[in-house]
Amino acid sequence: MSKRENIRIPVSQQPFTVIQPEDTTTIGGTVSVQINEKKISVPLGMTILEACRQNQIHIPTLCHHPDLCIAGVCRICVVDVEGMRTLQTACSFPITTPIKIHTSTPMVRKARRHIIDLLLSEHYGECYSCFRNGNCELQSLAKEYGVDGYTFGHIDKPRYKVDHSSAAVVRDMSKCILCKRCVRTCIDLQEVGVLEAINRGHDTHIGTFLDKPLADVICINCGQCINRCPTAALRANDPSDEIWEAIDNPKKHVIIQTAPSPRAAIGEEFGIEAGHSFTGELNTALRRIGFDKVFDTNFTADLTIMEEGTELLNRLRKVIIDNDSSVKLPQFTSCSPGWIKFIEHFYPEYLDYLSTAKSPQQMFGALMKTFYAKQAGIDPADIVTVALMPCSAKKFECNRPEMKASGFKDIDYGLTTREMAKMIREAGIYLPEMPKSNFDEPFGDASGAGLIFGATGGVMEAALRTVYEIVTGREVPFKNLAIEPCRGFAGVKQASVKLDGCVEQYNFLEGVELKFVVAHGTANAKKVMEMLRKGELSDVHFVEIMACPGGCLGGGGQPIPTNAEIRRKRAQAIYAEDESLPVRKSHENPHIKYIYENFLTEGPCGKLSHKLLHTHYTKRGKFIS
Amino acid sequence: MKSNVETKKRSGPVVFSEYQRSEGIKKALQLGRENILFELKISGLKGRGGAGFPTATKWMLTAAANANKKFIVCNADEGEPGTFKDRVLLLEYPELVFDGIVIAGFTIGAASGIIYLRGEYEYMLQPLEDYLAEMRKDNLLGKNILGKENFNFDISIRLGSGAYVCGEETALIESLEGFRGEPRNRPPYPVDTGYLGYPTVVNNVETLASVSHIVLKGGEWFKKHGTSKSTGSKLFSVSGDCEKPGVYELPWGIKIKELLEIVEAKNTKAVQVGGASGTCIAKSQFDRILGYEDAATGGSIIIFNENRDMLKVLKNFMEFFIEESCGQCTPCRIGNIKLMEGIIKIENGDFTFSYINNLKELGKTMQVASKCGLGQSSPNSFISILENFSEEILHTNGKGKENVKA
Ligand SMILES: Cc1cc2nc3c(=O)[nH]c(=O)nc-3n(C[C@H](O)[C@H](O)[C@H](O)COP(=O)(O)O)c2cc1C
Ligand code: SF4
Ligand code: SF4
Ligand code: SF4
Ligand code: SF4
Ligand code: FES
Repeated sequence: MSKRENIRIPVSQQPFTVIQPEDTTTIGGTVSVQINEKKISVPLGMTILEACRQNQIHIPTLCHHPDLCIAGVCRICVVDVEGMRTLQTACSFPITTPIKIHTSTPMVRKARRHIIDLLLSEHYGECYSCFRNGNCELQSLAKEYGVDGYTFGHIDKPRYKVDHSSAAVVRDMSKCILCKRCVRTCIDLQEVGVLEAINRGHDTHIGTFLDKPLADVICINCGQCINRCPTAALRANDPSDEIWEAIDNPKKHVIIQTAPSPRAAIGEEFGIEAGHSFTGELNTALRRIGFDKVFDTNFTADLTIMEEGTELLNRLRKVIIDNDSSVKLPQFTSCSPGWIKFIEHFYPEYLDYLSTAKSPQQMFGALMKTFYAKQAGIDPADIVTVALMPCSAKKFECNRPEMKASGFKDIDYGLTTREMAKMIREAGIYLPEMPKSNFDEPFGDASGAGLIFGATGGVMEAALRTVYEIVTGREVPFKNLAIEPCRGFAGVKQASVKLDGCVEQYNFLEGVELKFVVAHGTANAKKVMEMLRKGELSDVHFVEIMACPGGCLGGGGQPIPTNAEIRRKRAQAIYAEDESLPVRKSHENPHIKYIYENFLTEGPCGKLSHKLLHTHYTKRGKFIS
Repeated sequence: MKSNVETKKRSGPVVFSEYQRSEGIKKALQLGRENILFELKISGLKGRGGAGFPTATKWMLTAAANANKKFIVCNADEGEPGTFKDRVLLLEYPELVFDGIVIAGFTIGAASGIIYLRGEYEYMLQPLEDYLAEMRKDNLLGKNILGKENFNFDISIRLGSGAYVCGEETALIESLEGFRGEPRNRPPYPVDTGYLGYPTVVNNVETLASVSHIVLKGGEWFKKHGTSKSTGSKLFSVSGDCEKPGVYELPWGIKIKELLEIVEAKNTKAVQVGGASGTCIAKSQFDRILGYEDAATGGSIIIFNENRDMLKVLKNFMEFFIEESCGQCTPCRIGNIKLMEGIIKIENGDFTFSYINNLKELGKTMQVASKCGLGQSSPNSFISILENFSEEILHTNGKGKENVKA
């Protein structure tokens, strides 16, 4: 029997786990069941839904999501289990005895149809003016069950006001079907706890603390709730109209930078199976849409490595040589804006551990409106910087008041992969058929190290490739530069590399075991922070944290749906592209060398870097006034 | 409360029969677990909270579960409209209830018992706490109870927060754990995965009170009362249009019309058996018997005479469910609203029979597809009242009947 590990998740809503014998052929390991006419044998404790899916029997679902604990609230997945008085929900029913299941009796079909009718009767929304049109689970169900009218009437006024307060997430609760996937995402998966069901009965709705606007609560803008919402009740704050306007304005010089993860996922928006990169095709599409320059965020990812890596070496020097106790180690990465807001709210007393380096997105903007503007002879006031990101939190980040050290907003608009796909479709372009083209110079060439930022562990891997080589003068001792301990989807990864044979400048690091920790998803971030609080990270030097499960490739702006398999495939696409690139270490990127020679002449972490490429954080705390 | 013996004017064949405090516990300790379960099994006792699940089976499953902690929870949420028998037991017969809890703890191997007391019964909290203190003093609670080595057991009281749905056993457990009072998925059942994930027995107050008698007097004695499928006797909370409302102990199997005579009900048009979630029985069926095999009830009997407007009665019930639905599952959250819309349409005479039939079909879906007993039973009164009183409601009554479309 399973005891609750996480006190928050009601036991019955956790996936039902039965301890299974190693050898499933032993008695008790499997159960024979009959589904419709088919007799099969399934592992003890498997849900009816899983058993059906494995046997190509389709069961509709709404509240079920493979990333989340079981809810059993929408009731759409009901099936008939012989001998039981009521229908049973396939998603929640663990098979522990030999049962006979019928998945399509008249009663089952009628119940499902009724449930859809009920949901539709209260669903205020018109599919043709809805961003989920064509990718909505409620809509597909209506189609699947041949809904051709409103049996129980239809709501004619919205029940709730749309909450536009957040820079990242728009909440339109009139389209909500109360599946609570967002609640489970926010509380259980991310352990942030912004959303919860408020009131009861028909007045139940998903709300925030005291029903405050989302911008006023502890939302970290990760957008994971959006990715798991079956309808358009949650969506990202879409700036594409403003971007079109800028593109259509001949006075404006509109630059887009594209992050590594969108290119590895945007194909999914065009019906292509996950795991295919469309880097070259995307570049062409963006030019055809009318962007004046198409640059690669990976360039500033490389720059981030230089700045953040140097900052780490400086911290190490201060701690080891100067015994400076005011310097905090381990250094935490700062490129995930969801993570930044998380630590600002939940661990404000630990902000000094964060690297002060801005994220690649923001560094890029800062360079565009200074170095690039000057080189290209364009008034920075006329430059519009757009960032194509896998992330909804980037929308909040670019609006942070501190992000305009050059006198101009570093980044004007953060655009998600989904919104970009929409713009591409609007422009009449079918992405997969585009000819390939390269990024524009001079911010087009980036290393594979910048690219792998998209996957959890990627920043760490990129940083190690550079730091190790700077310190020892040799390549990291991993085959093909693939630092395997950084890869994979384990929640918290820990590993180390030994620094030996250090070059003279870094001989204070001779023999040091460089220890690092990688975590993704804020629930895992919380674990790491608790380790830090307990002093368990005192011998660790560097920690990478990404707010989203899987890292940026699982970001809140990525194509819907998401699940472990899709994220794994996106990661594969990213690593494969890294291997195919000629330059795979940030410090070897010739343009990085160029920028330190011609613009940031004091080198990484120099004065100008500090002004343009570094930032500070805000102690926010958990308590909302 | 020991002192109010003189207020005990009640008498009855089983529950209200003779019983002295601690007698049941003493007997239980003599009998041992197996024999207690045996007597319970013989007695045929079924849960008095409404669902009628065999108590012996529930206890056996929990006793057999492999866990280092177990709990017994006494469900004193008593929220079903028209039910007030648990209040009488707790106020006047606490010894029956508390002894029953101790016996349960002993039998299933629990170290703690919890009473989940309806929020509105807060006034009972102090007297009940005093009663528990006295039990502790007399070693009916605490360590090595009545000298039984290693039998350590205590009882705590937790106040509910006023939601009817919290009487549903899994919602009750959620509420005990500090969450929203929302029913859980079943399976797993509380006997396996209950309070804090541990095997838990949830029993109604009256069930536990009956246990004390059964243990003391034997399963055979209990079984002599009632019918073969509904053994023992039952406390009925009778309210509505009658001369003598109140709590009655009557054997199962009694006919509805016999009950009506006892409580001196006249000109009765309908009897709602089982509270808002029960069924409405029309005069023509007053020969039916009360029992699990026919008209089952957790105890609530509400009587309506000829002057009652059955549509209003129905509307009241539906208002109750709309108010009390926890709102987590679709059929109940929205379904009850739709049934209510139908009632309002009928009131206004603005309905079609095919629409009403659609709603009855919807009601049937709610009965089988809702997550918990609330949504599963909320359409009962809609369906039974519209079927049994269709003449009155759909054809001859209602101000707008001329608007009725065929
Ligand atoms: C909506 C709802 C409300 C309930 N309220 C109560 C209640 O107030 N008291 C009670 O004993 N059982 C109540 N029950 C029944 C319990 O879920 C459970 O079946 C009962 O406590 C088990 O005890 P028993 O086997 O002794 O009857 C309710 C059930 C539902 C679905
Ligand atoms: S959320 Fe889905 S069903 Fe609702 S309007 Fe949008 S596409 Fe249509
Ligand atoms: S964006 Fe993230 S933190 Fe905000 S409500 Fe959604 S899941 Fe929670
Ligand atoms: S907002 Fe979306 S995910 Fe959340 S409950 Fe509503 S429909 Fe489900
Ligand atoms: S049936 Fe009603 S009370 Fe029960 S879980 Fe569903 S919404 Fe809640
Ligand atoms: S998918 Fe099973 S209840 Fe929602």
